[in-house]
This record gives sequence, structure tokens and C-alpha cells, in this order.
Amino acid sequence: MADTFLFIVLTLDATLRVSTPLILCAMAGLFSERSGIIDISLEGKMLMAAFAAGTVAAMTGSPWLAFFAGVGVASLMALLHGFACITHKGNQVVSGIAINIIASGLTAVLGNAWFKRGGQTPNLSSESRFMPIELPFAEQAGSIPIVGTVYKEMISGHNGFVYLALAIVPLTWWVIFRTRFGLRLRAVGENPMAVDTAGLSVTWLRYRAVMICGLLTGIAGTYLAIAQNAGFVRDMTAGQGYIALAAMIFGKWRPWQALGACLMFGLLDAVAIRLQGVSLPIIGEVPVQLIQVLPYVLTVVLLAGFIGKAVAPKAIGVPYVKER
Amino acid sequence: MKGQYDGAGDNDVSNGTKPLPRWIDIGLIPVINVCIALLVSGLVIMVIGEDPWEAVKIMIHGALGYEEGIGYTLYYTTNFIFTGLAVAVAFHAGLFNIGGEGQAYIGGLGVGLAILLFDTSLPAFLLIPLAILAAALFGGIYAAIPAYLQAYRGSHIVITTIMFNFIASAIMVYLMVNVLIKPGQQSPESREFSEAGQIPFIHEVFDWVGIEITHTPLNLTIVWAVICCVALWFFIWRSKWGYEIRAVGFNETASMYAGVKPARVIMLSMIISGALAGMVGLNEIMGVQHRLLLNFTAGYGFTGIAVSLMGRNHPFGIVLASLLFGVLYQGGGELAFDMPTITREMVVAIQGFVILFSGALAYMITPWMTRLYNRMQGSGPAPVEAES
Repeated sequence: MADTFLFIVLTLDATLRVSTPLILCAMAGLFSERSGIIDISLEGKMLMAAFAAGTVAAMTGSPWLAFFAGVGVASLMALLHGFACITHKGNQVVSGIAINIIASGLTAVLGNAWFKRGGQTPNLSSESRFMPIELPFAEQAGSIPIVGTVYKEMISGHNGFVYLALAIVPLTWWVIFRTRFGLRLRAVGENPMAVDTAGLSVTWLRYRAVMICGLLTGIAGTYLAIAQNAGFVRDMTAGQGYIALAAMIFGKWRPWQALGACLMFGLLDAVAIRLQGVSLPIIGEVPVQLIQVLPYVLTVVLLAGFIGKAVAPKAIGVPYVKER
Repeated sequence: MKGQYDGAGDNDVSNGTKPLPRWIDIGLIPVINVCIALLVSGLVIMVIGEDPWEAVKIMIHGALGYEEGIGYTLYYTTNFIFTGLAVAVAFHAGLFNIGGEGQAYIGGLGVGLAILLFDTSLPAFLLIPLAILAAALFGGIYAAIPAYLQAYRGSHIVITTIMFNFIASAIMVYLMVNVLIKPGQQSPESREFSEAGQIPFIHEVFDWVGIEITHTPLNLTIVWAVICCVALWFFIWRSKWGYEIRAVGFNETASMYAGVKPARVIMLSMIISGALAGMVGLNEIMGVQHRLLLNFTAGYGFTGIAVSLMGRNHPFGIVLASLLFGVLYQGGGELAFDMPTITREMVVAIQGFVILFSGALAYMITPWMTRLYNRMQGSGPAPVEAES
């Protein structure tokens, strides 16, 4: 019984860790898509940020410089996306694909050229990384049954990024639904013409949304490279940007629901690792691939309107043309 | 979505300048865009500390300078023709199929299953059409599901096809590891096909007539690729169905008034698109590997997007773009060999730049070109300042 309890607590602990980049990217995507800009380049921006952070951390040994490098590079990619989609009214999906492919190729080429380790950056010492934070009284609380165990094993001992990601969700909600900027952001994603008529700049609003998206994907990538892991590895995002995209859609473009989807997908991931080769009672051995593929299948099913209905912002994917 | 590729942006007749003639719009501008992409790639090579000009020379020699290089280049070209055509067909209906990778994967599964089932009982001249059918069927059905969901359930094809790429990959891993693996073997590969289940290599064909050439993976599938190009051109521009596809892509509402059913067109174009992508499986599985294995699609599906954008969704353009990417792939391999600081992934980056400049930023230079053209003509009114 105690074992099962500890297993559950540890699985949930792992869930929080693997959900963090998903949550950050889902919120990033939410800002962008709410403003009417499709962003399938979460993956690419996160990968570029991870590479930049890993590189700078390895070269300077400073995690903060690495953090700014990660966020900076992701923001540059976001600006590029904005330049193509907003300024030049290019196809948003094409631009997103371009960024993903450029990121995948460029990080591998530059990583190999600079460090000669097959695309990896050197392993980082703990001084040049962001390390887990022990919350106060975690040791003492460990002796208290249940509540103490949950506090020590699951709530405490995470990276600062994990808490940051969890804090960004209510912040996103507040910005999107309770501020003037958020109202305008939503409006520009639903009916840019109306926003324009009201005398607000559609371009500037969308650029700001895209920049916030870049900032958040940058944080996610930095977390991957210098907090969760000790360095950049080739293609280390491994599709998590797409899972985050799926989670955002699954959450119907709403912060809390998207958080729920991220945690669910994170849990599936954490469970998949633990269930590998384990035979369960009644069902028998569950193929890992089945669990891994569930986020994608669920999103497809949701989008097809079989469980509820996910309605995208109305003006999504349509470049705004001021005059005819 | 289609309109964004065809419209000349916001710089048309309305502001008093002359529109660009066709040869600039569809001939010169795409070439300039590709050149910008290659220039940026050259900058990356300079950042690494190598000589871009040297890199270009190595790549061109590696891809076209000797028999083996040419063979490999054309073998890659074959794959890109299929995936490029696949993306183009969907584009013409205004759809963005980024599921080419998954459809190629499942198409290959179809080819593999067909041959594993029949290669001991059927002769080659029956097996090849059977494999083509299987590739088309599997790839087509795998594309039909997202198409159905878009046409009848209102989900977005871009998102669904992305998800389907991941699902395809999971299906293949499961099948290869648990079901199709040759017993008593570590790596997840099926047994090797018998002689009848292999498409002849070009060097074998030359051998029949007594000419000896270097052995390369290039096989007769390339002939099928060329046939597909011609057939697709005929289909899109000379058949009723192709007309309907273009009508929907051009203006869905107007096409409905003309009696076209967009839902049917979505299904049709996506099934053809998936079937074409599935042909990568024919080239890879039946033509080269002669066994079913993992990851044989190697990103060809995504390259198809770049190829189609570069080739302006026209079979002829696609053949040219496929050749260029064939050169890049084969030359890139040679480059990685000769310049160890540059890895094969350089080609992936180049591909990304091509998609960026020929796709997302395709009309970036149009206003400049229009101004330049008008100034050179001398007759147009004074250049109008860009509004934004």
C-alpha cells in the first residue's frame, strides 16, 4: 500500500517535470493563436532556445547569460515568424514549418561545428545550470505520513522553471481575460477589422503576441537544455512542441484547460516510461507506443468534434489586409 | 490558403503601377528567392569558418561529377518528385498536406506487406503493379482519414496531418518491433524480399543490354515518377476532376455555385496526394532496401513541401526542384565527408531556408521588383511608397 502510494507520488512528481516545457509552450501558442497567428513552430523555437542556452552555458558557465541567450534566440525566431506572417502576409503554416526545419538543421550543424560532439554541447557542471530548489521544511515534513510525503517528493525539489511554468498559467489567464491588452488580443484574433476600425494597430498587437510567444518558448527551451538536462542534445525537443500545440488545442485555446491537457499528456509520458515491459493485471502488457501516441489520437478525436467542440479563433491563419 | 500564393500581395494595379509580366512573376522571382535562400546558407557556412564557394564546388562535383554521384542524385530526386507532387496536388485544392512523411511511411508498409505476402508466389511483372497499388492504397487511405475529418467534421487538416505523422511513426515502430521483425534478429527489420520482390536497379537494366555502369540505389522507380508527373499534369489541367480541384482551391464558394462539391474534392485531392507520397515506399522498400524497416522516409515528406513551393506546384517545376534537392542531398553527403565541420544536416537547414524564402516570404521582393520594373520601363508613374 505504502509502495503504491509512493509510486503514485513519484509518477506525479515526474509528470510535473515533463509537463513544464509543454505548459510553457502551450501558453506561448495560446498567445500567438489568440491573436490570429497560427504557430506550429513552437518546436523549432524551443529547439533553437535550447541550443543557444546550452551553447552559452558551456562557453561562459553562467546560467543567467544562457537564459537570456535562449530567450533572445527564440524571440528572434518569433520576430522572423511575425515578419513573414504579419508584415509580408505570408502563409503562417509554411513559415512555421520553415522555422522548425531551419532549427532542426541549424542546431545540428552549428553544434557539430563548434563542439565536435555529434551535435551535442558539452556536459554542464551544476554551477552553470539551474538546479532544483528545496522548498522550506521539506526534510522535516518528509516524516509526516501522506501530506509530508506529497510535500517532500512531489511539491518540493523541483526546478524553479517548474514553479514558474505553473505561475504563468494564471498569469496568462489574467492577461488574456482580465486586461485591456488581452481583450484587444482576443479581438484581433476574432475580428481584426473591428480592432482596426477602433483605431488600434493590428500589426503591433499581433507582433506583441508573437513576441510573448517567443519569450515563453525561449524559457521552455532553456529549461530543457540547462535545467532539466545538463546540456543540449540533438533534436532534444523530440516533438514536445507539437504535443504542446496539441495540448493547447485540446484545451480549446484556454489557459486552464490547456494546463489540464499538458498535465494529462505529461502524465501519459511519465506513465509510459514506468510501464515499459510491465505486465498489468487484466489488461496485460500495454505497448508503450500506444501510450505515446495517445496525445495525438486524443487531439485528432477532439478536433473532429467527437468529444466536445474545439473552436479556433475566427481570424486565425488569415493575414490582415488593411485596405482593398 | 491558395490565394496567398497566387495573389501578388498588396502591390497590384490599384496603386497605379504596372503589374509585373508573367515571366518575372513566375520565372524570375522564384529563382531570386531560391538564390536568397542559398545565399543565407552560404552565410551559415561562413559562420562555421568554411569557404562557401569551396563547399558549392564540392557539392556539385559530389552530386554530378561522376557516375556514382549522379546515380545517388537521381535516386533522391525520385523520392522528392513523389512527395513534391503529393504536396502540390493538395495545394491545388487549397489544402496543406504536411502529412506526406506519415503517408510515405504507411505507403511503404503497404508495399512491404504486399511483397512479404506474395513474393514467393507471384512473378515480378505482377508484383510491381501490386506493390504500386498497395503503396497508393495505404498512402491514400492514410491521407483519406484527415481529409474526411476536414471535409465532414470540420477539423483542420494541418493539425490532423501533423498528428498523423506521429501516429504513423508509432504504428510502424509497434509493427516492426512486435510483429514484422524477422525472428531471431535484434534490429527491427523484416526478412529480405525474394528476387521477384525487387524493382531492378538501373545498373541492372544497363547490364541487360551489356553496358556496365557503377552500382547505385537508382532503380526503375524513377520511370514511374516521371510517368506520375505527366499523368498529374494531365489530371490537374486537362481533366474535369482536376478542374474541380483547382476551382475549389481558387475560390471554394464560387466553385460551390458552379456545382462542385468541395467535400468530395477534398477527399479526392488528399487521396491522390497520399497515394503519391506512398510511392516513396515503393522506391525505398521495393527499390533499394528490399526489406521493411524503420525510418526509411528520412524526412523526404517534409522536403516535398520545399520542392512543391519551389516548383510552384507545377509538375515541371517540381522535377527541376527535385533535381536541385537531389543535388543538395547527394552533394551534402559528400560535403560532410570532405569538410568534417559541416554535417549532413546542412541540407536540412538549406531546405528550411528554401521553405522560408520561397514559401513564407515568397512575395517579399515583389514590391521591389515592381518598382524596379516600372522604373526600367520608364513609362509608369512615379514609384508609390509602400503603405506599411
